[in-house]
Amino acid sequence: MPRMTYAQAALTALAEAMRADARVVVIGEDVGRGGVFAQYRGLQEEFGGARVIDTPISESTILGAAVGMALHGLRPVVEMRVVDFALCAMDEVVNQAAKARYMFGGQGRVPLVARMPIGLWAGSAAQHSQSLEAWFAHVPGLVVVTPATPADNFGLLKAAIGSDDPVVYMEHKELWSAAGEVPDGELPRLGIAAVRRAGTDLTLVAWSRAVHAALEAAEQAAGRGISIEVIDLRTIWPWDRDAVLASAARTRRLLVVHEAVQAAGFGAEIAATVAETLGIPVARLGAPRIPVGYAQALEDEARVSAGRILARALALCEVGGATPAAGSR
Amino acid sequence: MSVPSVSATRLLALYRTMSRIRAFENAAEEASRGGVAAFGAALGTARVRGPLHLSTGQEAVAAGVCANLEPTDLLTSTHRGHGHTIAKGADTTAMMCELFGRAAGANRGKGGSMHIADFSVGMLGANGVVAAGIPIAVGAAQAIRARGERAIVACFFGDGAVNRGPFLEGLNWAAIYRLPVLFVCEDNRYSATTPTSAMTAGAGAAARAEAIGVPARTVDGNDVAAVDEAARALVEATRAGAPAFLHCITYRVKGHVSVDAAAYRDRSELARALEQDPLRVAAQRLAALGVDGTALARIDREAEAEIAAAVAAADAAAQPEPAEAYRDVQDVGDGRWY
Repeated sequence: MPRMTYAQAALTALAEAMRADARVVVIGEDVGRGGVFAQYRGLQEEFGGARVIDTPISESTILGAAVGMALHGLRPVVEMRVVDFALCAMDEVVNQAAKARYMFGGQGRVPLVARMPIGLWAGSAAQHSQSLEAWFAHVPGLVVVTPATPADNFGLLKAAIGSDDPVVYMEHKELWSAAGEVPDGELPRLGIAAVRRAGTDLTLVAWSRAVHAALEAAEQAAGRGISIEVIDLRTIWPWDRDAVLASAARTRRLLVVHEAVQAAGFGAEIAATVAETLGIPVARLGAPRIPVGYAQALEDEARVSAGRILARALALCEVGGATPAAGSR
Repeated sequence: MSVPSVSATRLLALYRTMSRIRAFENAAEEASRGGVAAFGAALGTARVRGPLHLSTGQEAVAAGVCANLEPTDLLTSTHRGHGHTIAKGADTTAMMCELFGRAAGANRGKGGSMHIADFSVGMLGANGVVAAGIPIAVGAAQAIRARGERAIVACFFGDGAVNRGPFLEGLNWAAIYRLPVLFVCEDNRYSATTPTSAMTAGAGAAARAEAIGVPARTVDGNDVAAVDEAARALVEATRAGAPAFLHCITYRVKGHVSVDAAAYRDRSELARALEQDPLRVAAQRLAALGVDGTALARIDREAEAEIAAAVAAADAAAQPEPAEAYRDVQDVGDGRWY
């Protein structure tokens, strides 16, 4: 398969899934015109308005209707534009989609994929820039996916559409134009992490766009004689505990990095699990607990850059896991 | 209001449905005493645990609408959903087992009263969140259309729901896509413990529907014959491919939940409402059609016997194994609880 962007990879996966299964439908705002990120381009022309359904700006009903569709035999792919807007549909995600199968005693399944792009998006400020994956990881019944590469956005979206569970599928808005190979062959499975760079001194776990910043930091660390293993978690729930523990057991140090706010972020869950299981030094690095500001200088404060990751990694290695000095971000 | 034309046979069947709902809820209420701590009541031990929302006095809405549905039609309900579930054809023993939290319950003991569901009869679930069934109903209707079926969805909600966003969104949605949804506003005049009239601007539920372009009718929701007649016409219109709205004005005889004595309302209000009890109204209509009270008393006895047997079965049924708590959470990551 050719080189393609992250957006094209998802579009290709979705088009293939729709060709293969008439139950797969797309529902959301502006999807008929290709979606605001062109990730639906050409689908309505190919599949018609009955399968690529333009909707009013009614987030509750977009997601709630998808639950009703799923309970009656369809497999909707739901466009939420950005996760910030999906907050208008929290009842439908948390109380309905995530609970229906369980609270009805297994009488129904809710095979839907809710696409809720996350992340900083230059100049988009407080209501279009959040990374809220930890919220959804906290809710039993949901699968939470955060692809970092075009290949994964192809494979994981296909896997999400094929799953009988409700999947919160969180692409990153600054990755839409990122290009990469999308190899043919076996698709990634949900819940399986990928080692993006092998290393021996420190296990660095990241996901979504933070993987790329982590790889940059690892490259710079190599120049300083520190060998960092970078694990792309790919799926937040279920997270690949085995892969993380196996790596951390070798390197004896763990750093979890995410673009989301650090406090109560999903990195805390991973760090705590590794500390409980292996008793090794662990650390987290996320955004400060501030809304994302508009001006460049303010936005930069919320960005977990390669430089900040490098500093945190070096501190963790040099001090052997003791609490790094204050202000190390 | 014109006198609905209804045969004695049909009216007897409607009466039987209402009588079964009444018997079910009376028994559930009895079994729930001490089961919830709220409105000043202390939590004790009871066979029916937690909040129990009774539709006592509202049975004509469920019976009259569902009598016009086919088995393949779908239904979404509310937290006050026993009546809709029974009227759609669910088995009362499986329902009572569910309320008793038994493994043999309709939902394997995982939902209870507030989430009662029976997909085998098209009943897609009661719902603990006001108005949450509306988006699900319109989506189910889209799936019906995509699958080329002729079914419709009956979407029940209360008068409180008309003040939530999904009401506006869902009605607009059904109208623009011309979906086969019959919206049924079961107006019991209370939003939890607050009179809905004090909380609702404008001319009410039907006017809001009309404003969105969904044709609406308002009926006496305590007169099962009137509900039946209106529902028949609207179900037909809905099946022909356009949404419709039925506003049924009824009255909530009990409190918001079973432990709510509803002391906040005027006693004379309740007394007046009880004169219009739907079983009583139906009995009067049947008397006018030449059916005497003996036939109705027999129906009531049969309903009570059915429900007594359901209670006995639920009493004897086993609790779910603790392992059931871990089933049907999700496929991906199944077995990962931490």
